[in-house]
Amino acid sequence: MGKNLTMLVMDAPYESANSTTALRIVQSALHKGHNVHVFAYEGAVTLTLKSQQPHANPAKGTTAEQEQHPTTKDWIKALFEMSKGNGAKLEWTNCGLCVDERGPAEWIDGPKRGGPPEFARSVIASDTTLVVPTKRNC
Amino acid sequence: MNQYLLIESRDCFESKDVEYCYDLAKDLASSGNKVTLYLIQNGVLPTRRTSMINGRLSDLAKSHVDVYADDFSLRERAIPSSALADGIRVSNIDTLVDLLMSDGTKAIWH
Repeated sequence: MGKNLTMLVMDAPYESANSTTALRIVQSALHKGHNVHVFAYEGAVTLTLKSQQPHANPAKGTTAEQEQHPTTKDWIKALFEMSKGNGAKLEWTNCGLCVDERGPAEWIDGPKRGGPPEFARSVIASDTTLVVPTKRNC
Repeated sequence: MNQYLLIESRDCFESKDVEYCYDLAKDLASSGNKVTLYLIQNGVLPTRRTSMINGRLSDLAKSHVDVYADDFSLRERAIPSSALADGIRVSNIDTLVDLLMSDGTKAIWH
């Protein structure tokens, strides 16, 4: 039987490998039938930004099609579609204050606006919580 | 006995905190807890037999810490399994999720 996983992510797209790893974990958990609730804070609220576009690479002279440039919004969109197919539920909450500060309010279908109270409720209701913080060296 | 999953994403030359993570894993295991150290992203760099720090990881494995290196991260960094120091096992994201979702597991990402 599927369990409930709460994840918190904070990195903006292409900032670090954390985003890729977090999405790999979500994909695997959904594939195993677990319900996943992702909370995006800080720059991570741009992971689901609708206007993301693949681009060409002028340095290599390749087109956008040849580059096959992955965008996080397409990956997350695919995760939502995957969750519809296997019964596991994916919820995605973008921090409202983080969105207001940065302005990226046009998202793909699926994410909702929320904040710390929703995160706290999800943590309490979940079997496991994983926080993937931004990297700050010290 | 508690169950801890420590996920280390950094190289020890990237952040001094990494060695504290190794110390935490060893202390938790020596206190009788079940401990897994899952190395991912740049966290797999010290797994190489030729790394100056690899002895720390082999020592953890001898100290009853399960030390795993993420296969995807190893491939990204061209580290073959044959290059790994003693006691380190290659693993994958599905195993990480299984560990994460095990009853009572406390997970810490660094």
